[in-house]
Amino acid sequence: MAPAPVVHLRGAVALVDRFPALAGVDLDVGAGEVVLVRGANGAGKTTLLRTCAGLLPVTAGDATVLGVDLARTPAAVRRRVGLLGHATFLYADLTVSENVRFWARASGATQEDGRAALDRLGVPSRLHHLAVRSLSTGQRRRVSFATMVARRPELWLLDEPHAGLDAEGRDLVDGLVAEAAGSGATVLFASHELDRAERVAHRIVTLAGGVVQSDERDAGGRDAGLRSDW
Amino acid sequence: MIRDAALVASKDLRLEWRGRVGLGQVLPFALLCVLLFAFALDPDRGVLQRATSGLFWMIVLFAAVLVVQRSFSVEGEDGVLDALRLSGLAPASVYLGKVAAIVVQLLALEALLLVAVAVLYDTTLRGWGLLLGTVLLATLGIAGAGATYGVVGLRLQGAETLLPLLLLPLLAPVLIGATRAGDVALGRSAGPGWPWAAMLGIFAVVYVSLGAILFRPLMEDL
Repeated sequence: MAPAPVVHLRGAVALVDRFPALAGVDLDVGAGEVVLVRGANGAGKTTLLRTCAGLLPVTAGDATVLGVDLARTPAAVRRRVGLLGHATFLYADLTVSENVRFWARASGATQEDGRAALDRLGVPSRLHHLAVRSLSTGQRRRVSFATMVARRPELWLLDEPHAGLDAEGRDLVDGLVAEAAGSGATVLFASHELDRAERVAHRIVTLAGGVVQSDERDAGGRDAGLRSDW
Repeated sequence: MIRDAALVASKDLRLEWRGRVGLGQVLPFALLCVLLFAFALDPDRGVLQRATSGLFWMIVLFAAVLVVQRSFSVEGEDGVLDALRLSGLAPASVYLGKVAAIVVQLLALEALLLVAVAVLYDTTLRGWGLLLGTVLLATLGIAGAGATYGVVGLRLQGAETLLPLLLLPLLAPVLIGATRAGDVALGRSAGPGWPWAAMLGIFAVVYVSLGAILFRPLMEDL
């Protein structure tokens, strides 16, 4: 018997301000897959990621993530997923260390997990005691990513993960995604940087008007070179 | 739950210490109110003294609105509310942590306000047991209701102006009970003060219990 998909959506509808931003999405994502979600602005990429995170209610259709029925108990899936959004999810007046420590403890991780994640994201220790407010956009993005990595989520939901990062940071993100998939986590990410994203992805799903327009399996991902570099 | 509430409370107090909004804005505002009431009512010193308890609690309510607004505005910045929803923290823990942090801030403010009132309104502070009980219970009630409406405000446009409209009517019983108990404690009124304090206790329990229950649906998208 095939293992249950990590993400299972059938005719899933999610409303944003009464507008069906997801208008009947059909999608299955298996464990360890890296799926790029692409589409024009307003296609429903961010809504799809937020719905899978249990942040938006599913108003029609079937939606199961990590075995949790999103239509009935969306909150139950939240602590098992990691979402990197357009926002940083950080308190601007707290230092980098304080932010990571707070979010690590809030999600049941340890301070050591938080510190290790900061190191993994290449956040230098000289920044740890600076208020997030005084960091650059790219540095904030790395700290935000570190808070997510520290949670060790089973499903990574990344909305434009390369945005605001320099070339080294983008490579780092690609490596983290490959590493996460290698360790059994599932990654669903939206990006407009298609050249880079397509190299990392195993599948490419295109959204248009809140529905899946195409689903290309065996995309250009499984980049062996990328993974071995890591 | 207590560990998580303590985590949230310590984070809120650290944010307040860093932002200095309480020290730099709320406290000066409250002291200014004390001063302005003194200017307005000074020609008849008797009125000022008789109204000390009511004026004190009115000022505390106004200041509490600002403290609550600040407490929740930081959760509305940069997606933090979503992060709280995604975290493993139980909404009731988040609520209790925020209530605790608001209580600490208001108690510090009230201690300084009592000194200001004693000096400017020529009031002798006495009835310490009743006064302390009143302050603690009224503050808990204010923080309990404030934290509940604070999270509602995050979802509403024009929250800054709506919050006082929503919150102050709900706190009218607290104002009445705290003023009456304060009058007795300060010797402005005869009669038992503890029944008023008990009423404050009931309101505090009701507000905090309801808040802890309602916080989960209120944190969700409306």
